[in-house]
Amino acid sequence: MSIQFNKETFRDDYSFHNSERAIKRFPFPFHEDSYMYAVNMEQHQGGPKDSVYEMRFDVDEHYVAEMQDRAQVLADDPLRCQSLPHMTLAGWDLLELIMVSKSEDYPEFFELQRDGLYWRWINKPLGIDDSFTFLDESTLPYGPMEYICRQTQGDFCVLDQRDEMLWMDAGMVTTQADWSLDFDIGMNFFEWHAPVPLAHEMGIFKRALKFLLNIQQGTPARRLNWTMTVNPLLDTSPENYHKWGIQKTSLTPENIGGKQFLRVELQTFFRLPRSNALVFPIRCYLIAFEDIVSVPKWGRRLHRVIRDLPVELATYKGFIDNRPMMLDYLSEYDDGLPTSPGVWPELDTEPSLQAV
Amino acid sequence: MSKFQFPESIKSRPVYGTLEPRGDVAYLLVADAEGAEAIYDLATAGAHVARNAHIIYLPNETGDKYTGMLQALNPAQLYIGPSYEAALSRIQRVLSNARMGLQVCLSGTEGLMGKALIEVSAAGIPHSAVQFEHSGSVARRMQCVHCKGITENVSTDPFVCSHCGLNLFVRDHYSRRLAAFQGVCIDAEDPGNVPDPVELYS
Repeated sequence: MSIQFNKETFRDDYSFHNSERAIKRFPFPFHEDSYMYAVNMEQHQGGPKDSVYEMRFDVDEHYVAEMQDRAQVLADDPLRCQSLPHMTLAGWDLLELIMVSKSEDYPEFFELQRDGLYWRWINKPLGIDDSFTFLDESTLPYGPMEYICRQTQGDFCVLDQRDEMLWMDAGMVTTQADWSLDFDIGMNFFEWHAPVPLAHEMGIFKRALKFLLNIQQGTPARRLNWTMTVNPLLDTSPENYHKWGIQKTSLTPENIGGKQFLRVELQTFFRLPRSNALVFPIRCYLIAFEDIVSVPKWGRRLHRVIRDLPVELATYKGFIDNRPMMLDYLSEYDDGLPTSPGVWPELDTEPSLQAV
Repeated sequence: MSKFQFPESIKSRPVYGTLEPRGDVAYLLVADAEGAEAIYDLATAGAHVARNAHIIYLPNETGDKYTGMLQALNPAQLYIGPSYEAALSRIQRVLSNARMGLQVCLSGTEGLMGKALIEVSAAGIPHSAVQFEHSGSVARRMQCVHCKGITENVSTDPFVCSHCGLNLFVRDHYSRRLAAFQGVCIDAEDPGNVPDPVELYS
């Protein structure tokens, strides 16, 4: 498999776009016609061929452009990447995990040569060829976590584990759904999730924590989360909310199909070997409404999910004001036919859209 | 003085208790303004506290209202300072010499307790081993999530960031590392539409 990397932007002219392939492999997050919080964990041991679940760290057509966007975010605000002093070893663990995984999963793009502690890393898409000494920070241009996360799609939270608790003690966060690493760093699992409505009362976080504390080396897990974003903006940070918040008001019935994006996070969880930290990559996938509804099953289902979502969730996810306009648009793609269970597009078996 | 009961809130928002005497060991008591009353109650509840206590007290706007009361406790050491910034190096010096078992008690405003906790944590004492008692003002120390500037003693919601000038609403989300609540732009989606400020907890 070869990938053509898109020339595209996630800001200004927003030239981001998904190919036919990217649409078909989009991680649509709704397995039924409604949504509520759940501890929706599953093993992350591969998945269907060419799906976003197949590899440990999915590399797709947006890779190069996303890394360019990340570099711009970090140049503007270095606080998006921070690591408390005791987390450096976990950063090396993460660097090793990603380099080994990517060089095995994508040998045409990434190459790792190891001779004891002397390593050479070749990243062809980004034109990087660095030799360094493993565990020696002075031999890399950045700390190990920052170095490898500048070359890997998705945000990364590196969680220390102590006192039967997870602590957000390091991270690279430039594509976040409106939370601040700079503010949350050092918090425990319940504290950084404090602003999330309903889920605490449902016991979601207690169960999720119990699950995560027990993740073992070699048995990573994954789940999906989702929200909505106007324009394909990766950097929906609270830091810049005073700049991008206004874009939410730019939707019109005419432009909503191309301007309103479903934002899905593929969250994975890996135990790290030396530090016993847990790394929590949060990979963001964006898809325009007009591309979702090109898959009849997804169009029907998204309308029903958004229509029936509790007000608290629509508010927390930041689209309560735009929900009526979203429903006006989506209802055109919901003919009332039943949908098949599961997330897959089922393009060959689901009926095409009937006249609404 | 009756204590303010903070309404139940989200899990990152600190909760405060009542200072209680523990063993016959060294005590570091840091307080501002009405926080002196918590120290007085603590020393009254445990006769051994005062003779083991290093009190660092910042009267702020209460002037000398409580200073005589603290002096009358006859503590081992009593420092009455003009500001937290002035007291900071003293707090750090005391903590650098702290021995196992030191009891740290913080009382007064949330800003004072939070800032002192930063120093206590840096000295290796976990926050769960520190006692807190809120008294006095419910004004907050706020971080602007946009410019990162800290505005002290915020008593209204919304308020204007003292650094970048944005109109911020007051969240209950709290960072111990920053000793601050989070302030977020209130009119980002409707510039200029800023509600009138309301006193916190009014």
